[in-house]
Amino acid sequence: MDKFTELTAIAAPMPTENIDTDQIIPARFLKTIQRTGLGKSAFAAQRYDADGNEKPDFVLNQDPYRHAEILITYDNLGCGSSREHAPWALLDFGIRCVIAPSFADIFFNNCFKNGILPIPLPRQICDELMDDARQGSNSRLTVDLERQVIVRPNGETIPFEVDPFRRHMLLEGLDDIGQTMAHDAEISSFEHRPARAWVPSITIGTVK
Amino acid sequence: MPVTNSSRTLFDKIWDDHVVERLEDGTCILYIDRHLVHEVTSPQAFEGLRLSGRRVRRPDATVAVVDHNVPTSDRSKPIEEPQSRLQIETLEKNVAEFGIPYFPLRSASQGIVHVVGPEQGISLPGMTIVCGDSHTSTHGALGSLAFGIGTSEVEHVLATQTILQKPAKNMRVSVEGKVGPGVTAKDIMLAIIGRIGTAGGTGHVIEFAGSAIRDLDMAGRMTLCNMSIEAGARAGLVAPDETTFAYVKGRPFAPKDEAFEQACEYWRSLASDEGAYFDTEVTLAAEEIIPSVTWGTSPQDVLPIDGSVPSPSDVADPARAAQIQRALDYMGLEAGQKIAGTPVDVVFIGSCTNSRLEDLRAAADVVRGRHVAEGVRAMIVPGSGLVKHAAEGEGLDKVFLDAGFEWREAGCSMCLGMNPDRLTPGQRCASTSNRNFEGRQGPEGRTHLCSPAMAAAAAVTGRLCDVRELVKETV
Repeated sequence: MDKFTELTAIAAPMPTENIDTDQIIPARFLKTIQRTGLGKSAFAAQRYDADGNEKPDFVLNQDPYRHAEILITYDNLGCGSSREHAPWALLDFGIRCVIAPSFADIFFNNCFKNGILPIPLPRQICDELMDDARQGSNSRLTVDLERQVIVRPNGETIPFEVDPFRRHMLLEGLDDIGQTMAHDAEISSFEHRPARAWVPSITIGTVK
Repeated sequence: MPVTNSSRTLFDKIWDDHVVERLEDGTCILYIDRHLVHEVTSPQAFEGLRLSGRRVRRPDATVAVVDHNVPTSDRSKPIEEPQSRLQIETLEKNVAEFGIPYFPLRSASQGIVHVVGPEQGISLPGMTIVCGDSHTSTHGALGSLAFGIGTSEVEHVLATQTILQKPAKNMRVSVEGKVGPGVTAKDIMLAIIGRIGTAGGTGHVIEFAGSAIRDLDMAGRMTLCNMSIEAGARAGLVAPDETTFAYVKGRPFAPKDEAFEQACEYWRSLASDEGAYFDTEVTLAAEEIIPSVTWGTSPQDVLPIDGSVPSPSDVADPARAAQIQRALDYMGLEAGQKIAGTPVDVVFIGSCTNSRLEDLRAAADVVRGRHVAEGVRAMIVPGSGLVKHAAEGEGLDKVFLDAGFEWREAGCSMCLGMNPDRLTPGQRCASTSNRNFEGRQGPEGRTHLCSPAMAAAAAVTGRLCDVRELVKETV
């Protein structure tokens, strides 16, 4: 996973609530066995017409937002399906940071696992950042994870909260599987607790 | 939770019994008892294991099945779509390489992962259960803590049999009283989502309680817990009780004899303590719930069947008003129109929400002696091979086929249209599935979520209607 430290980039405004993961990446694109290559299909239904031509009114089809690395939306971003293809599609498009008043739990979690920083901020602040974003390429936002601030084009800084463990993982670009495997002894000891004797094993060959 | 209160909720107890270690910042290494795997969200996880030279820690706690991509038509033929075929073949290669128990496509027990797990006794009360699918919440009906995870977490669980998480908040949704005739678990859940909204449960695990929940059979409880995610919750739970134990007993992978009795004793101890603290409490009166359908493109867009579609002018927030207008345009509906009477093109009875034997019986009760309305395509997709077989044993297949329904093989099918079962642009569908998002059942398809009985009523009348009027006729 790529580190996330500081990002200065164009932000795309999407003033919509409940953007679900089916919108971010429709199910027909989930047939891949790769993590990459989904960027061209991100928001496919809103981005392309039936013949595959770009719809000019969709924000990510407009300049400079086709180069956006930050996405700002309204409440409950990423609701619905647990598909990690949603953050994979955003990442492959170029998005490294998503800002919204609130997020759905699984999507929020999936973002961190892919080096995308999700930042929850009050609706009013999201509105202000959207106003910045609407000014286009002269109006980049800086997201500084080390200092936990967003710097607006007018120089104003907006602090944000992030879980310390997740912040550490992003700043260092760490793989959490390796970290958990360091606790192997504790996991083994848990598995041998007498209170767990009732949990049946499923032997291969018994499933048919 | 306040430190002065030693009473614990059902969620607290299952959580506490699975904490391997609590890290400094409160993140827990949580042990996972069952990991269910399907073909869509696992290939990248297995590839990750291969690239880092890791093995699957507990193949004997892992079970795989194909469901999302599989055709629900004739299974004797090869799978036509090359990408679907590749995904299924990739799963088969991975389970062989890593030694994972697997229900193959042509197994009599193959089906939707959230139908197969409980049906086989693989999912049991008191367990932690994960799967790379948000509707894993279904298994919470057994009194297990079950939630959906992303593919990175699938890889984490394969490698370590644990997950990193902080405890959720506790929410209790109580439904008290008795529901009227024609009102099902689906209507109860749609009413709950309509009340609390699709983000109402964010950060919470919901425990469903109250007499109307106790009265539900296991299939109903699964419908309820299945759609917890549509209320934004991490998971849904129903406390295990005698209904649960009777369901679990004798299932192929459930504990047997003395081990079963001992397990029951433990499972009984899991119910929330008197006085346990819930961060959020919601109560609904069962008598006030009537058969419901969705009108829009979010599961919270719920209407009782006698209701009218909202208007953008009803709300003050301009963003919300724009959203209503967009949903109306997408759904091809007029503000203020009665939802009953809306003509449908397709009826889909199936999905992990409503494809169990009890669901098919409820639909058959409405269909018996009637015929699918002209111009309507109606399909039944049983949740598993075993459900299909049992339904055929009761003659339900005949009821449906005689009435003009399609009787298909088990799979996720038109719930999300990853296989060839899809709506075409503009088609309107009464569906027993769980999501009415734009494009969910096929690009530009229009979905109205409802119960199996209501979907059956729509099939035979050709429009959204109140199933109670049809049932009255029969009586």
